[in-house]
Amino acid sequence: MVETIVLLSSGLFLGWSLGANDAANVFGAAVGARMIRFRTAAAVCSVFVVLGATISGAGAADTLGRLGAVSALPGAFAVALAAAVSTFWMGRLRIPVSSSQSIVGAILGWNLYTASATDSSSLVRIVSTWAACPVLAGVLAVLLFLMTRWLITVFKPHLLRLDHMTRLGLLLAGAFGSYSLGANNIANVMGVFVADNPFSDKSVFGLFTLSGVRQLFLLGGLSIAVGVTTYSERMMRTVGTGLARISPVSALVVVLAQSLTLFLFASERLEQLLDGWGLPTIPLVPASSSQAVVGAIVGISLLRRAGLRRRMIGGISLGWLATPLLACATSLILLFFVDNVFEQEVARPQRFRSDAEVVGEVERLGLPAVKLAEFMGRERTNALRMSRELQLSAEAGPAWMPRGSGGSPNLPDKEPEKKLSYLERVFRSDVQEDAEADAVNGGPAVHPEP
Amino acid sequence: MPLFQSSRVVENQIDEFFDKVGEGALVFDEGVRAYMQDRREEFDHAIGRIDRLESEADKLRRDIEAYLYGHSLIPEHRGDVLGLLENTDNIIDTAKASLYQFSVEHPDIPEQYRPMYVELAESCCKCVEALLVGARAFFRDVGAVKDSLYKVHHYERQADELSDRLKRDVFDTDLELARKIHLRYFALNVERVSDRAEEVADRLAIYAIKRSL
Repeated sequence: MVETIVLLSSGLFLGWSLGANDAANVFGAAVGARMIRFRTAAAVCSVFVVLGATISGAGAADTLGRLGAVSALPGAFAVALAAAVSTFWMGRLRIPVSSSQSIVGAILGWNLYTASATDSSSLVRIVSTWAACPVLAGVLAVLLFLMTRWLITVFKPHLLRLDHMTRLGLLLAGAFGSYSLGANNIANVMGVFVADNPFSDKSVFGLFTLSGVRQLFLLGGLSIAVGVTTYSERMMRTVGTGLARISPVSALVVVLAQSLTLFLFASERLEQLLDGWGLPTIPLVPASSSQAVVGAIVGISLLRRAGLRRRMIGGISLGWLATPLLACATSLILLFFVDNVFEQEVARPQRFRSDAEVVGEVERLGLPAVKLAEFMGRERTNALRMSRELQLSAEAGPAWMPRGSGGSPNLPDKEPEKKLSYLERVFRSDVQEDAEADAVNGGPAVHPEP
Repeated sequence: MPLFQSSRVVENQIDEFFDKVGEGALVFDEGVRAYMQDRREEFDHAIGRIDRLESEADKLRRDIEAYLYGHSLIPEHRGDVLGLLENTDNIIDTAKASLYQFSVEHPDIPEQYRPMYVELAESCCKCVEALLVGARAFFRDVGAVKDSLYKVHHYERQADELSDRLKRDVFDTDLELARKIHLRYFALNVERVSDRAEEVADRLAIYAIKRSL
C-alpha cells in the first residue's frame, strides 16, 4: 500500500500543480476582475473538478492510454513525475504551461525508452488537437461574444442587473469549466496509471460499485482540488490581465468558450450522439485549458481590435513547442534512473501471438486481409517490430494501437485502420489492462489475459 | 425575480436619485421665475422644496455608494458610477445655492432684464434634463448616451449666449457699477447650473466610451 502511494505520488504532484495552474484558467478572470471571491471560486472549482474527473474522466484517458499504455507502476511514476517537473519548471519560467502537452511528451519518452510502439493515429489526433483547441476556443469565443453583445443590445439590462447576471454566469460557467477540466485533464494526471491500476472495484455502502479506475480518478481529482485550494490564488489574481485587458462580460465569454472546448474534447455522450447521427466525431483527447483560454482571449481581442501583447503570445507559442520536448527528455532521464539506479520495472514485457483462436476472431469480424499464415504459431515481444511486420503484411494501410479500439460492438463498421488496430489487439496476449479499460468504456474485453 | 431583488432596489434608488435632481432643476426654474415675477410666497416655497430635494438626493447617493462598495458590485465601473452620481449631485447643490443667493441678497433686477433671467434659468433646466436622459441611458443603453449629450452642449451654449447678452446689456446701461456687478453676478450664478451639467456630460461621454469597450 505504501509503495503504491509512493508510486502514485508523482501523479498526485502533477494533479496538485495542474490544480494550482489550470484552475486560474477557469476562474482567473472572474477572481482577477473581483467578480467572484477566491474562496467561492476555490470551493466551486474543487467540487466540480472532482465530480468531472470521477464521472466523465474515462474518454480522454482512453485516448491517452492508446498513445502509450504505461504498463508498470514505477514507469508510470517516472512518466507522471517527468510531466509534473516539466509543468513546474515551465511555470517557474512564467510560461503558461499545458499539462496535456507535458504528459504526452512524457509518454512518448516512455515509448522511446521501452521500445513500445507509438500509436501514430492517436499521436496525430492529440497533436492536431493542440492546434485545433485554441482555434476552436477562439471561434467559440467570437460567436459567444457576438451573441452576448446582441442580447445586451436587444434586452438592455440595467448595469447592476448585468453585473448580477455576469457574476451568476461566471459562477455557473466556472462550475461547468471545472467539471470539464476534471473530466478532460484527469487523463493527464492519472491516465498513465490506468494500465497498471493498483485499485480494485469497491462497493460503496452497497449502493453502487466504484470501479478501480474511478477510484484512481477520484484520487487524482482530489489532488487537483488540493492544488486549487492551496496554491491557485496568486495565479487567479494575475491571469486575465496578462494577455489583454478584458471586461467581466468578456471574462464570462472566455470561461464559457474554454469550458465548451474542453467539454467537446471530453464528452463521450456527445461522441456517441454524433456517431449515431453519422456525423464526424470530435476526438476525446486531453485538451489544454491554457491553450483554450489563450485562443478565446485572442479571438475576442481580434474581434474588438483591442491591443494584444504580441510578445507574450510569441512566448506562449514557444512554450507550447518546448513543453512536450522538455517532458520527453525529462521522462527519458527519469526512466533511466528508475530502471537502472532503483532497479524498478518500468515496463512489462509484451507478447504477441497468433493461433487458431485469433484467426477465428479475425474471420468473424471480417477484418482486412492480412497474411495470417506468416504469424501463425509465432510469438513477438517487441511491439515496434510486431507493428512493422503487421503493417507490411496488411493491405489496409499502417496503423498501430497497442491497446486498440477493441471491445466496441460496432467495430466491423468502422474504418480499416481501426480494424487493423483491433487485429493487433487480438494478437496481443498480455493485455489484462484492456479488461479494465473496456469496463470503463462499457464494452466487453475480447481477449483478456487467460 | 427574487434573484435580482437587491439589484432592483439599487436600480430604483439610482432612478429616484435622478428624479430628485431633475425635480430640483424644475424647482430651480420655477424659483427663478417666481422671484422675477415678484411671487415671494412661491419663491420661498421653491427654496423649501429644493432644500428637501437636495438632502434626499444626498441620502440616496450615500446609500447607493455604500451598497455598491459594501457588496463589491460593478467593480469595473464602480468608480465611474460614483463619479457620475457625485457630480450629478453637485448640480442640485449648485441650483440650491443659486436660489439661496436670491433669497439672501434680494437683487434688485430691472424689469427689462427679468425675462432674460427667466430664459437663462429655463435653458439651464433643459440642459440638466438632457443630461439626466444621458445619465439614465448610461445604465441601460450605453449607445444612447451620446444622443442626449449633444443636447446638453446645445442648451449649455444657449445659456452661455443668453448670459453673455444679458451681461453686455447690463454693462451698456447707465446703472451704478455696483449694481451692474451685482446683476452680472446673478447671471453667472444662474448660468453655473448649466456649467455643472456640461461638466458631468463631459465625464459621462468618457464613462460611456469605457463601458462600451
